Amino acid sequence: MQKESAIREPLILGDKTYHQITEDVCAPVEGKANKYWYMAFSVAVIVALWGVGCILYTIGRGIGVWGLNTTVDWAWDITNFVWWVGIGHAGTLISAVLLLFRQKWRMAINRSAEAMTIFAVMMAALFPGIHMGRIWMAYWVFPLPNQFGSLWVNFNSPLLWDVFAISTYFSVSLVFWYIGLIPDFATIRDRAVKPVSKMAYSVLSFGWTGNAKAWIRFEEVSLVLAGLATPLVFSVHSIVSMDFATSVIPGWHTTIFPPYFVAGAIFSGFAMVQTLLLIARKVLSLESYITVKHIEYMNIVIVITGSIVGVAYLSELFISWYSGVEYEGYAFMNRATGPYWWAYASMMTCNVIIPQLFWFKGIRRSLITSFILSIFVNVGMWFERFVIIVTSLHRDFLPSNWGMFHPTFVDVGIFLGTIGIFFVLFLLYSRFFPVLALNELKSILKSSGDNYKKLHHND
Amino acid sequence: MEVPSEYPEVGFMPLMCQHCNHAPCETVCPVAATTHSDEGFNQMTYNRCIGTRYCANNCPYKVRRFNWFNYVADSKFTNLNPAQDDLSRMVLNPDVVVRSRGVMEKCSLCVQRVQAGKLAAKKASEPLRDGAIQTACSAACPTNAITFGDINDKSSKVRTDAMNDRAYHLLEEVGVKPNVWYQTKVRNSMQTAAEPTA
Ligand code: SF4
Repeated sequence: MQKESAIREPLILGDKTYHQITEDVCAPVEGKANKYWYMAFSVAVIVALWGVGCILYTIGRGIGVWGLNTTVDWAWDITNFVWWVGIGHAGTLISAVLLLFRQKWRMAINRSAEAMTIFAVMMAALFPGIHMGRIWMAYWVFPLPNQFGSLWVNFNSPLLWDVFAISTYFSVSLVFWYIGLIPDFATIRDRAVKPVSKMAYSVLSFGWTGNAKAWIRFEEVSLVLAGLATPLVFSVHSIVSMDFATSVIPGWHTTIFPPYFVAGAIFSGFAMVQTLLLIARKVLSLESYITVKHIEYMNIVIVITGSIVGVAYLSELFISWYSGVEYEGYAFMNRATGPYWWAYASMMTCNVIIPQLFWFKGIRRSLITSFILSIFVNVGMWFERFVIIVTSLHRDFLPSNWGMFHPTFVDVGIFLGTIGIFFVLFLLYSRFFPVLALNELKSILKSSGDNYKKLHHND
Repeated sequence: MEVPSEYPEVGFMPLMCQHCNHAPCETVCPVAATTHSDEGFNQMTYNRCIGTRYCANNCPYKVRRFNWFNYVADSKFTNLNPAQDDLSRMVLNPDVVVRSRGVMEKCSLCVQRVQAGKLAAKKASEPLRDGAIQTACSAACPTNAITFGDINDKSSKVRTDAMNDRAYHLLEEVGVKPNVWYQTKVRNSMQTAAEPTA
């Protein structure tokens, strides 16, 4: 059996046995929800319904109910889109890239991170849909054979690349997530006593038998899917960034965007995983599985990607001056000192300065500061997209076209609404799905479990 | 530039779609609703448009206009839009479709007039005469500041004007190769003009 050095911190705390892991992970699924869950769920449902109302109002009345105008034709819609897609990235990175690199700490967080990915990508996919003037024609963005004559999609358009990128990403992530869930669903099925849940979980577990052959296939498929998903971590946000990078608008037309967006996406994704898991570990009593070490690992990823993002901001600024292109120079001066300086300042503070605090061990190992800092990053990354989109558009080439963007209650409602929908899904998930990859976790118990490590150390 | 009054040398400049030959709005449309015609027009196909507004963002001149509401029925525009009442509806040009909500629109260089002019010439079996087709703006301008015509016709007025030393493209440096030329304003000022570009 594989042994692990004693100086590596254990990944599973307490005196756990295989059975105890099953008990701990199945507890939320089998038990009753407490009143906090119901409170959180009701708030999420109300906010979600409000958002749905705003979406329906937009579809019924027209995009004019948003704060957009002729100068700023995209604002919160695409900001939210990019924000949500970015958040999704951490899940894939954790489950695919960390799997390929055999990082054992991923096992405690990959399930929830992937769930977050799926839900975040769903929220993201909503925006390109509802931002269309005629959403009922949305299917035209798919290259479907049709009887309209020679009409076909425009393969030159980055928006079309988005369609392919997002749909591939969503389907691969969903399959990957689901494959991982099958053995765990089977465990719940085997333990279920109520006929309804027994039936539901047997359907969900696809008749998993758990024999050695099935496990071999399971591991092979996971590896193959990890291999498929890894390039997607990089491709999706690169393609999203091309919406901007391939345009002619100063502030958008930048070759640095693809790598910078990918780093930003991982940055924001980890921050969101951090926010969610810090709550989940408490509420679902998973402190022995999602340990301070896990939090610290994620904070390290945050500080590294945050620094990459910081370097990207500064090089953008430098190049805008160094290139000697007046429009470019103005676009960045205007970002930093123009009417939206506050958005730029929030972005810089939340994304570049504040995460640097994670260099201090005490801060990165403290739950409270990790939580607060992760919120800052979430906010900062929203501002980053807002800054890129709105400040570039609101003052472009001709001063006669300059304008401002003022959000309406519908803009705000839809944004908050997607957060509500996201939490509705996530809270439901935490009640009906095993939130930890329990069978995978068992595979590291003997090498990285606290009790076993102590045992090995003593003999 | 922030405060116009500090730059008293502002000029009046009608700005419509420049019908770029290298149009940034055309490449970004996912459904190819805006395309280039072989006559050099940037065409907008309203009934293909799904309203992503990407084209408007990517137009350096910001000349595209979006139908934010259903202007012919939305109660917010009853007092503004004559098309909402049966009688005043008659001001609408019968040759031009009323654009629906959620689609992009812009200057088409009066494509309906161009088509009609071409048909008239065809019926009379004679080549299209320079000046036979007028856009609404060129017809309306009392000082003939706007000329419309066939740039490939070597003897056309628009060709002569475009080859004139005063002719330039707005935002030429962006490289979109517009089909609209402007003429610099000749000012009697003490200032030396900056070196003209090309
Ligand atoms: S002026 Fe704008 S709308 Fe017209 S062709 Fe050029 S980019 Fe397109």
